[in-house]
Amino acid sequence: MNNLGDEAAMINWHSFFFLLMASISAVAAVAVVLSANVVRMAFYLIISLGGVAGLFFLAGADFVGTMQLVIYVGGTLVLLVFGVMLTARGPFVTMRTSGGHWVLAVAVGGALLVVLLQAAVRVGVWQEGRRVEPSLTAKAEKTATPLGLGLLGVRVDKLDEQRAVLRQGMSGYLLPFEIISVHLLVVLVGAAYLARAKRRRREAAGGGEQRDGGS
Amino acid sequence: MAEVLALYLPVWLAHAVAALVKAGILLALVATAAAAFTWLERKVSARIQDRLGPTRVGGRFGWLQSPADGLKLLAKEDTMPAAADALLFKLAPYISFCASFSVFLALPFANGWVAQHLNVAAFFVLAIAGLEIFGVILAGYAPGSKWSLFGAMREAAQVVSYEVPLGLCVVVPVMVAGTMDLMAIGNMQRGMFWNWFIFHDPFTFLAFWVYFTCAVASVNRAPFDLAEAESELVAGFHTEYSGFRWSVFFMAEYGSMTAVSCLAAILFLGGWNGPIPIVHWLGLTPDNGALAGWIGNLLGACNFLLKAFFGVVAMMWARWTLPRLRIDQVMATCLKYCIPLAAAAFLGAMVWTVLFPGGLLPLGSPLGVVAEGSPSVIHSADEQPGG
Repeated sequence: MNNLGDEAAMINWHSFFFLLMASISAVAAVAVVLSANVVRMAFYLIISLGGVAGLFFLAGADFVGTMQLVIYVGGTLVLLVFGVMLTARGPFVTMRTSGGHWVLAVAVGGALLVVLLQAAVRVGVWQEGRRVEPSLTAKAEKTATPLGLGLLGVRVDKLDEQRAVLRQGMSGYLLPFEIISVHLLVVLVGAAYLARAKRRRREAAGGGEQRDGGS
Repeated sequence: MAEVLALYLPVWLAHAVAALVKAGILLALVATAAAAFTWLERKVSARIQDRLGPTRVGGRFGWLQSPADGLKLLAKEDTMPAAADALLFKLAPYISFCASFSVFLALPFANGWVAQHLNVAAFFVLAIAGLEIFGVILAGYAPGSKWSLFGAMREAAQVVSYEVPLGLCVVVPVMVAGTMDLMAIGNMQRGMFWNWFIFHDPFTFLAFWVYFTCAVASVNRAPFDLAEAESELVAGFHTEYSGFRWSVFFMAEYGSMTAVSCLAAILFLGGWNGPIPIVHWLGLTPDNGALAGWIGNLLGACNFLLKAFFGVVAMMWARWTLPRLRIDQVMATCLKYCIPLAAAAFLGAMVWTVLFPGGLLPLGSPLGVVAEGSPSVIHSADEQPGG
């Protein structure tokens, strides 16, 4: 570290890779919207989500980045395979988006963008004008551990709570978490049922009636 | 490495050079492994079938066969079907290879020798290895050929199914070690070979074999190579590929084989620790100076690569010995045998670590402390290496 003098000529690799990953995500996200081919859409979506995973890795959140890869990228992949490829009638399915859908999508997406931008602008540390003391931000070091343990039913953040009233309810978020999980499972089963019922009806209409879904 | 280079170069350049050197070494490793294993596969298959295999290219043993094949593939015409989705068709092989290559970023080769030290490395490796299927699906879809699509579908279904028991089996040594850091897992198995996690208890022994079966299935090697069943599907997902793009798929496949074998070596077979801790008896540890530590690491890396090499050879052996399974047999192997066995190994290993935290027999202490262990040995098991 004896070359601190030439900081002007230094490339900040962190900023470089942040901009690279962010622009990959953003461009791919726009491409998802603009492309008409379903498989291309899924492809761009995976690239976009992969870019977000890259941002997580860049921020040092290796576990979150890996989770992003497993859940979102892997999940989109499975969606692509079983949702698009197995149900498509012919190759290269294209989708035409009607005007009404565009209006609705722009309204919903725009509203979400406004909310997110507002939340991002309000983060005090990110604002140039009122920068928080570096020592304070370095010391805080918030981790997701209390939240994760809370989802498992252990409220470690309540352990150092002084008042006895607030210390009650240590059960955490396990029950809501499980309810959401079961809800998702129900949705999945329902989707499978709908897909299967459609196929059976088609077979019945085609003349075959005794075989109920053999494939 | 970046710290050392920063003494001579500007800091930003030092980091870039360090990153490029590491990536270059890994790329060279994957490419060399692919070339060497292609040659080896020919020789092994030939010996199993009572033939000689390549004997003439490059003099004895046909050792120049792989470069000759590479030249042939480069010179081949690069065809693309007229109906293909050109962008996806061209990108697919590189996506496969990137996923297969990125696995090596988090794999440690010796104590402290890793491109990027992650404390969730085991998880990261599994996640990235699962992404190789992305390139395969695109390769199956993009040419607009039914053979490719069928092959890709089969491969996707197979890989997605086998990831469940594979993940369960990886959890077993992770649970025994108490960490997902592959470096720490490797260091914990220091000492005599009974400290290796495969010999930790009967359930980890079981988990190793289930892991290996599932790993063979998840890299689509025979007897699980339905995706490229030559007799039914021409060549599966890479039917329409030729020349250089085809060889990229091939490199990705051999890269994945090497990667899952490396992971098996770290998780179950002691990683870079030999069966007998000769390196430690000779004092080749970082405690006795940087050079001694470096030599010890070099021997450890050789040890590690040798174990991975035997893993790949075992895969070849299985390929040329066993007949291909039918799709229902593949699924039955996964759902009826591998998943219950992996779950049983998981539960059993959990109970075992609770019942016998110090191991069943007094064969040195487990978790990497050699019998005559000095306190420094205990510390180095969970030190943070600065690679």
